[in-house]
Amino acid sequence: MSVENKKGFNVTFYLLIVPVLLWLVILIVLPHIDLFISSFQVENDAGEKVFSFDNYLAFFRQKIYWLTFVKTAAYAIGVTILAFVITFPIAFYLTKVTSKKNASFLVLLLLIPLWVGELVTVYGWMVLLGDHGIINHFLMTLGIIDKPLNLLYTNLSMVIGLLYMSMLFMVVPVMSTLESLDDSLIEAASDLGASKFTIFRRIIIPYAMPGIVSGAIIVFMLVIGDYLAPNILGGKSSLWFTEQIYNEFLQTFNWNEGAAFGFLLLMLSSGIIWLALKLSGQKLEKVGS
Amino acid sequence: MMTKKILLGAIALALSTGVMAKETLKIITWKGYAPKALVKEFEKETGIKVKVTYSNNEEMVAKLRATRGAGFDLAQPSQDRITAVQKKHHIYQPIDYSKVKTDQIITSMLDAVKKNTAVDGKGYGVPHVYGTTGMIVNKKNAPDAKDWSDLWNPKYKGKISYRLKRPILIATAFGMGEDPFALYNDKAAYQKLIDKVEKKLIEAKPLVKNYWTSGDTQVEIIKSGDADVISGWDAKGWSVHKINPDIDFIAPKSGALGWIDTFAIPAKSKNVEGAYKWINFMLRPKNGAAITNASNYGTASKGAPEFLDAGIKADFERSFSKEDIDNIKWHPPVPDGFESIEAKALDRIKAAK
Repeated sequence: MSVENKKGFNVTFYLLIVPVLLWLVILIVLPHIDLFISSFQVENDAGEKVFSFDNYLAFFRQKIYWLTFVKTAAYAIGVTILAFVITFPIAFYLTKVTSKKNASFLVLLLLIPLWVGELVTVYGWMVLLGDHGIINHFLMTLGIIDKPLNLLYTNLSMVIGLLYMSMLFMVVPVMSTLESLDDSLIEAASDLGASKFTIFRRIIIPYAMPGIVSGAIIVFMLVIGDYLAPNILGGKSSLWFTEQIYNEFLQTFNWNEGAAFGFLLLMLSSGIIWLALKLSGQKLEKVGS
Repeated sequence: MMTKKILLGAIALALSTGVMAKETLKIITWKGYAPKALVKEFEKETGIKVKVTYSNNEEMVAKLRATRGAGFDLAQPSQDRITAVQKKHHIYQPIDYSKVKTDQIITSMLDAVKKNTAVDGKGYGVPHVYGTTGMIVNKKNAPDAKDWSDLWNPKYKGKISYRLKRPILIATAFGMGEDPFALYNDKAAYQKLIDKVEKKLIEAKPLVKNYWTSGDTQVEIIKSGDADVISGWDAKGWSVHKINPDIDFIAPKSGALGWIDTFAIPAKSKNVEGAYKWINFMLRPKNGAAITNASNYGTASKGAPEFLDAGIKADFERSFSKEDIDNIKWHPPVPDGFESIEAKALDRIKAAK
């Protein structure tokens, strides 16, 4: 952003920046500082708050805590990969195969589930997947199965829910990179005798990589921080790390432990993304643009 | 804690600017406890504008704790959840019972609540609505399910559901023939009992279809036929019974768990007088009955029965015999620190295979 007029800069710039800064500081920075401080406090026997690392150490000492995190992270990575596998052909079709007019209509269709909100779509999946739900009813009427399949309240239904709410965030960035891919590159490769798979692997994927990585980061963060889908669609063993944080705040009333878990989630998931960026050879600045 | 002060100041500023014009009463309560029709009537009668926020026990405490008892003028926690929180965080103020029209309230219930919410000799609650946690059963598919122990009966494998919260630990203990409430003064013994309960529920986990998480999911799982034997609230069970007569609420043989939701006034309530007006208004026989008629929950309002719908009485009598009523286990106040014992056990059960 370049500013020519120094005087105009002063008034309008501050007028615009002050609400943003107020918002950031009061609603984001200050609460985080407060949580950060309280994550290092424990209550001693006299009920006073004293400094301690116990809240963080508890995460590593108690198997259930870190195991829950590992499980949550593993599922989040899995869902991210699935989201890529499912949406890449869609993104490719929308940008390269179908006409522009069709594409914008189809993108609109993709957007609709986002408008109704996550809770409603989650309940929608309950109606579809239940023992007496639409899918089971359909399969049984056709005579394909004679006993309802156990679809709802399983890891499968949880993954479906997570995938459904996060998929779009993979489609959009991938589409935007694919749009700028010059068709003549593909034609040239084809003329030179490259197979379809080679074109896909050597030209399309490397070109779309920044979009894929930024989509993957958004999907991963959305999934690892989600609460609804694991809680409602997940089965009886689907303890998600966000549920763990919720429990610390609202069941045990141990806000200090909850704050520590919150920061652990932030740090560990950022760590995973950093690692993924290193492994894929991408730079955050490039991906973010 | 400088940051906290600044933050609270900012929030207070934001809140206070909007509400200057008219006298308001901000209530944090459960769904169904402040029906629109009654709110309108109260507003017309007193000129006080009512703002209702729906919540549950855990969130109510968390919200009031975050503001040290500000932001709401009246809250409705369960009677067993007041003393421990009050001792530690001082989020409520004592009730001035002379301002409450106590002759409107069932005497025994008022006395029990006064005693169970007492801190340093002062009572902090006025009873409003009560009900029980028991079981909701599909009688066609599970005619023999009669007790808490049927929640781990292999006969109903894959057709069982309950909420993985503290009531199920208490219920399981009763179902195993123990009395958890008797151990409320002995933390070590209680820990041991909860360990036993935890083992039982982990063992029984393969039998469970899913854990329900709210009033809505509770109704959903039994109505859809996904489960036949679940733990549940009386009012919810009766409401499903209206749709599907095979399903009904039953009082488990080893005792349904009784709860009483109260009125409690937050420490920094800005409209204490309005709060008392609301309490007295809601406990008028007609208004007490209106809530029961709409939601099926019992009311502490003494004169309410004459305004009740006929169906309500029938529901109650179908589910509760004379012995069942005497056998209701009313939740005593939860001692400080017990909830964290329970929460750890619940986490381990949820994470178990």
